[in-house]
Order: sequence, then C-alpha cells, then structure tokens
Amino acid sequence: MTASISPARNAEALRRDERRERLLLFGLSLPALIMVLLVILVPVGWLFWLSLFNDEGVLSTYNYSRMLESKSYVRIFKTTFNVSFLTTLICVLIGYPLAYFLSQLSKRWATIGLIAVLLPFWTSLLVRTYAWLVVLQRKGLINQWGIELGWWETPLRLVHNLNGTLIGMVHIMLPFLVLPLYGSMRSIDFDYLKAAANLGANPTKSFWFVFFPLSLPGLFAGITVVFVLCLGFFVTPAVLGGGKVIMVSMKIETLIDLFFNFGTASALGVVLLVLTLAVLFIAHKLLNLDKVLGSGGGG
Amino acid sequence: MNWFQRPASDTQITHGRRLWLYIIGVLILAFLIIPTLIVIPMSFSQSQYLEFPPRVWGVRWYENYFGSIEWMTATWVSIKAAFWTVLVTTPIATMAAYGLYVSNIRAARFIFVLLITPMMVPVVLIAIGVFFAYTRLSLNNTMVGLVLAHSVLALPMALIVISAGLRSYDMNQERVARSLGASRLKAFLVVTLPQIRFSVITGALLAFVVSFDEVIVALFISGGDMSTITRSMFLALRDQIDPTIASISTVLILITTAVFLLAQVLGKSKSDNS
Repeated sequence: MTASISPARNAEALRRDERRERLLLFGLSLPALIMVLLVILVPVGWLFWLSLFNDEGVLSTYNYSRMLESKSYVRIFKTTFNVSFLTTLICVLIGYPLAYFLSQLSKRWATIGLIAVLLPFWTSLLVRTYAWLVVLQRKGLINQWGIELGWWETPLRLVHNLNGTLIGMVHIMLPFLVLPLYGSMRSIDFDYLKAAANLGANPTKSFWFVFFPLSLPGLFAGITVVFVLCLGFFVTPAVLGGGKVIMVSMKIETLIDLFFNFGTASALGVVLLVLTLAVLFIAHKLLNLDKVLGSGGGG
Repeated sequence: MNWFQRPASDTQITHGRRLWLYIIGVLILAFLIIPTLIVIPMSFSQSQYLEFPPRVWGVRWYENYFGSIEWMTATWVSIKAAFWTVLVTTPIATMAAYGLYVSNIRAARFIFVLLITPMMVPVVLIAIGVFFAYTRLSLNNTMVGLVLAHSVLALPMALIVISAGLRSYDMNQERVARSLGASRLKAFLVVTLPQIRFSVITGALLAFVVSFDEVIVALFISGGDMSTITRSMFLALRDQIDPTIASISTVLILITTAVFLLAQVLGKSKSDNS
C-alpha cells in the first residue's frame, strides 16, 4: 500500500484513505458489540448498581456486608469452592491419563477416541444430567445391579447429595480439561523423548522429567476453564444435589424466583463474577490467555 | 513377536507394559459415553418405571411425548429459537471476526475480549440481568427476546471458531483478487468466504447447540407458551422423574448427534483445524 514511488503530495491522502478503510472494517464488529453491550454489559452494570442499595433504597454496603456476616451465605460460598475444587481435582486425575492415552494412539484411533470425548461435549447438558439421575437413583441401574450381584444390600445413596453432584459435574467438565490438554500433548516434539531414551532414561523417567513438564501449559489451561465453569454451575447441582448442595448460582435463582430480591441476588452475582474474573486474571498472568480461550472451540 | 512385546513408542516401552494405560483409557471413555446412551434403550419401556433392559418393550413414553401439546409446543419453541439464533449469530460473528482481523487496529484485541465476555460472565448473572432488563422492555416470554439472549450467548464460540479459521487463511489471496479489480465485498464473498466456510459452518452449528441446550436464561425469560424444551425438562426433573423425559432425551440425543456428525463431516475437508 505504501508505495515508495508515490510523490509526497499523495501520501497524506493515501494515509487518510487507509485510516478511513480501517475504521470502516472495524465497524463490521459494531453489531456484535452493540448486542453484547445491550444484553450483557448494561444489564450486569445495572445489577451492580442495584446491589449497592439496601431494602429501603438507601445507598449502602448492606448487601455485601450481609454476605460476610450471615453464616448461610458463607456456607454457600464454601460449598461452591469445595465442589469446584473437587470437580477440578477429579477431572485432572482421570483426564490426564485419558489425554495421555489418546496422545499415544495412532492418528486413526485417536480420532475415534476424540469423537468419544467430543460427542458428550455436544450432547445436551440436561440430557446427560438426567441420564446420571436414572443411573444413580435409589432404584437406578447401579443399585439394581449391585444388589442383584450381592455387592451391597441396601441401596447406596449415590444421588441427591454431594456424590451425585460430583459424578455429574466431572462427567460434564471432563472434555473441557481433556481437549486443551490433548492439544498440548500432541504438539510435544517426540525427539525430546527419543533423546531422553537415548541418554539412558527409562520410560517412567522420560515421562516425568520430559513429557509431563511439557504438557503443563495445556493442563493449566484445562484446569482454569473447568474451575471457572464450575464456579457458576447451576443445572447439574440443582438436579443431582437434591437440595443438599447449594451453589451460589442456585441461591441467586431462589432469591429472584421466590423473593424477587434483586439487591441481594445482584450482590451475590457480582461477587461470583469478581471471583471468576480473578481466577481468569491469575491464569492470564501465569499462562497465555489465548490458549485458555482458544480451547473453547473444540471442533 | 506378538503385539504385547512390540514397542509402543520411540521410548521402546512395549504395548504389554502399557496395557494398564489402554484399560484405563477405554474405561474413562466408557464413563463419558455409556451413561448417556443407556437412556436410549430405557426410553423404549412399556412399564411405568424405567428399567434396563426393559422387560416389556414399547413406545408408550414416545406416545406420551408426541401426544402432549405442552411438550410439542416447547419443542417447536426450542427449534425455532435455535434456527433464529444461527441466522442472527453467524453473520454477526463472521462480520466481527473479519473486521477485527483485517482492520488491524490496536483496539481490536480489546474488542475481541469484550465480545467473548458472554462466555466468562456466570450465566446466572446474565440471566437475571437479562430478566431485569426485559421486564422493562416487555421482552419476557417473547421469541425476539429469547433469540437475542441466545445469540449473545452463542457469539463467543462462533467468533472464536471463525477467527481461528481466518488466521489459518492466507489473506494475500484476497489482496490478489482486489488488485485484479474486485471490490472488498466481492473479494470476501468470492475468495475468502468459500475458504473459511468450514469454520463458519462449525460456528453456526455450535450456535445451534448453544441455543438448543440453554436452560438458565430461558428459565427466567421464557414461560408459558414460550417455554423451551430444556426449561420444561428442567422444571419437570426438579419435581419427579417422569419417564417421558427419557423419550425426549433420546430425541434430543439424536438431534445433537446429527448436528455433531454434520460438523465432523463438513469440517473433515480441513482436518488440521481440530
């Protein structure tokens, strides 16, 4: 564009043209921007504003101080963190071997394995949660088979509690951990492992000292995504928790649905948002955000 | 030398010594796939409770589903909302991805992050925010409101996928077309779009799935005749386990699997994208 033969007389006009075109192209993102502004930023900002007023409509930190003072709110935040942490931990423990398994297969088998990971990713979250309800309930498959086989006599309590919530959430979160992790494992240069073997490392050693450290960026990306999604989870704990596992998002729903209390609900939502952004910010500082966000695509 | 003794990788570890890994891998894959699939045979039970395998096979719960006006209305609302979401999200996401990619201005990165905020903000917060705003705009229980909210929720996924497609496309081709006299719009439609069509299609299918699956926002802003199928299912699940939901689930599994396979087949032509 910046042709060197053009006389100086033209340069100014050319630059102006280019700037105008850039702005025009930039304008293509305006419809998306306006939509996000109208549906997300303005309403959420409004809620934040509402959260700053107490029930009498006076500006105060009442909605926030209440969260710290009331035991029930503290407990809800503790539950949310607990559930998110445990889900993430279990996902790492079973997701890492799965990603490693897939990364060691030939391209053809790996594709089949990946389809098995991606398929649940596309299947309705509600359907998968319902499936677990059917499998885990008192007269469900697991209990039916366990009793028939004589492994246990009274039905195990697998659902409508923390167990059921964790099983369901791990099932839903696992692909979010495995996909970025698998991506980073596939991009590991195998010459490093050959070199390690050549220098006398046995397979176990070359795994822990060479492969594992190289797979960490993908693992951290997966952990971030899973933890953040868990913090705001709603459907699975609501269905599989049986009222015993109350997460922040469920409390928000109850506050609106039953009490129409926008002030407190907004305050809870704002705290949840701040926590989420804090986790994302820390992850961004520790690793490349593009990797975290780029993993969402899947297909 | 049998398979067990053959080396499995360049580190000379044998398949035999890796057997545990294969077993664990297959078990975890089974954990991912089987629970969902088991709903399918169970839905073909004729008895009052769900059983596996069903003692008496039958389509009783399908008759219940297809015969119910409420479930059918909800299904159509969901399908319509998902189609409209695709029609709104795909062009808007493509325009934004293209604009941000080629304009090359400094703010582009910031705008990109802004556009994917719907993915980062907890959905329940979006839901009550939208509900609060819609109450003032009387958009609750309307298709327009539902599609608008779902389109924003679907935007980040579509934008990310289409942007990735653009990044792996050689923009010089478009420059060539323009230097040969094509306008920017024509160069985009004739040269660029056909080459990024796989990511655009994937983005569109993802938008369909995001809208079709969505529960939480619909829980607040849609009700009565405008209730989506997932919303009705969620409310029904809270109360009791109605076996009709097994038949609905089977239908939903078929729909999403079809969409998924479509994405796989259409995306195959550019295999390095996954």
